Amino acid sequence: MTAEPTQDDITREIQEKQREAAERGIPSRHPSRDFAPYRSSILRHPTHELVKTDPEEIERTTPAFGHIDVDPYESDLTIQHPGEPLGERIIVEGRVVDGDGRPVRNQLIEIWQANASGRYIHKRDQHPAPLDPNFTGVGRALTGDDGSYRFVTIKPGPYPWGNHRNAWRPAHIHFSLFGNAFTERLVTQMYFPGDPLFALDPIYQSIPDQAARDRLISTYDHNLSVPEWALGYRWDIVLTGATATWMEDEHADH
Amino acid sequence: MPTTEPDPIATDNAVSGEEHPVLTERLAREQPLEGLPPLVQTPSQTVGPFFGFSLPYDGGPELVPPASPGSVRLHGTVRDGAGTPVPDAIIELWQPDADGRMVQEPGSRHRARGVFTGFGRAAVDAGGHYEFTTVVPGATGDGPRWALLTLFARGLAHHLFTRAYFVAEGEAEPTDSLLSGVAEDRRGTLLARQDTATSYRFDITLQGEGETVFLDYPAAAR
Repeated sequence: MTAEPTQDDITREIQEKQREAAERGIPSRHPSRDFAPYRSSILRHPTHELVKTDPEEIERTTPAFGHIDVDPYESDLTIQHPGEPLGERIIVEGRVVDGDGRPVRNQLIEIWQANASGRYIHKRDQHPAPLDPNFTGVGRALTGDDGSYRFVTIKPGPYPWGNHRNAWRPAHIHFSLFGNAFTERLVTQMYFPGDPLFALDPIYQSIPDQAARDRLISTYDHNLSVPEWALGYRWDIVLTGATATWMEDEHADH
Repeated sequence: MPTTEPDPIATDNAVSGEEHPVLTERLAREQPLEGLPPLVQTPSQTVGPFFGFSLPYDGGPELVPPASPGSVRLHGTVRDGAGTPVPDAIIELWQPDADGRMVQEPGSRHRARGVFTGFGRAAVDAGGHYEFTTVVPGATGDGPRWALLTLFARGLAHHLFTRAYFVAEGEAEPTDSLLSGVAEDRRGTLLARQDTATSYRFDITLQGEGETVFLDYPAAAR
């Protein structure tokens, strides 16, 4: 067995990967599936080039969700239990649009997250931080006619994970989104501005391009904050398609 | 392509709280703006290990009720590059109905109405096995019958798309423009083969020997 990697080892690996990406010239806007600093990726990324194909009707359409599927109360994660959850109450609001700026209307958004202590309710989460009996950390909403969404929740805490010694994830909320076509399907994570863990996190850093990474960081919006009640964060989401590495692909072997 | 294209929100200053004017203006309208480059996509991040209390739902794998007339099982095992079953993947199925129609019906998350919605979601079990109850998709045109599968997992920074082409026992292998463009020795990874009277098997291998053909849609990308 090799020794457990340190944060310095992982940080060095991240920097090497990003230097390689920079040398290829055109950074991808999606993360690299082959990104060894994120250890779980090593055996789980395809080694063959993805096969390019024109989307057919199945891929150009997307499921319809409706009010039968989502209760409006599911967008408030702070009212799912008899008591109030602990932590910093926040509002997360934004719009979901496609690449032409068209709103993604009446579509399902699902979120899940750790509680204020950095603990998921999931049974496999062994982090010795307290569970909150008043917080499950699951929300759902349908976007409005203008693509807008709004969640009320608790600011999640950062948490340790087993990737390497002293590995901590920056605080984040998982988002699952459907677009105007199934090719626009996206699962991602929203982060909070100014997190000191960004540079150290191989999941966040698996996106080679700084401008693309920045798009995952919400904006604190004081106009969204509600006096005496909650702080507001704004995060707009652009869904444009499946292609991860179409710029790199031009030179890749098939 | 556009290596020097100005990236409309690359300079979006997420930390300071200033919204980028191009994005703001476009979001204010609801139509594409002529002559401007398209907005840049939000990057993917892994689904992680802890989606289990959020994404799966009762009835998710059952596009039709089990044992209903015409129902079939679509199932398989997800494996990693060492051949080990992946115990924490989740798969989505999107397909036409038995007549080849892409329906637009709500009710995928609450199937109470008994309407076929074409969408399902199944988490794998501890042995990496998934299972949907559905109908064999009808052909949407002149081509073969297939369903779209989307796979998410811890360790996978960005989901993977693939197609499951249904092949009944004794039936000739399907052909279409995608299949004919795939190397012959990999084509079989796209076939969901009938393994019992009411079941089709579609294993997914993320890496290495027998690696499943995964898809990309450059024409859809911006």
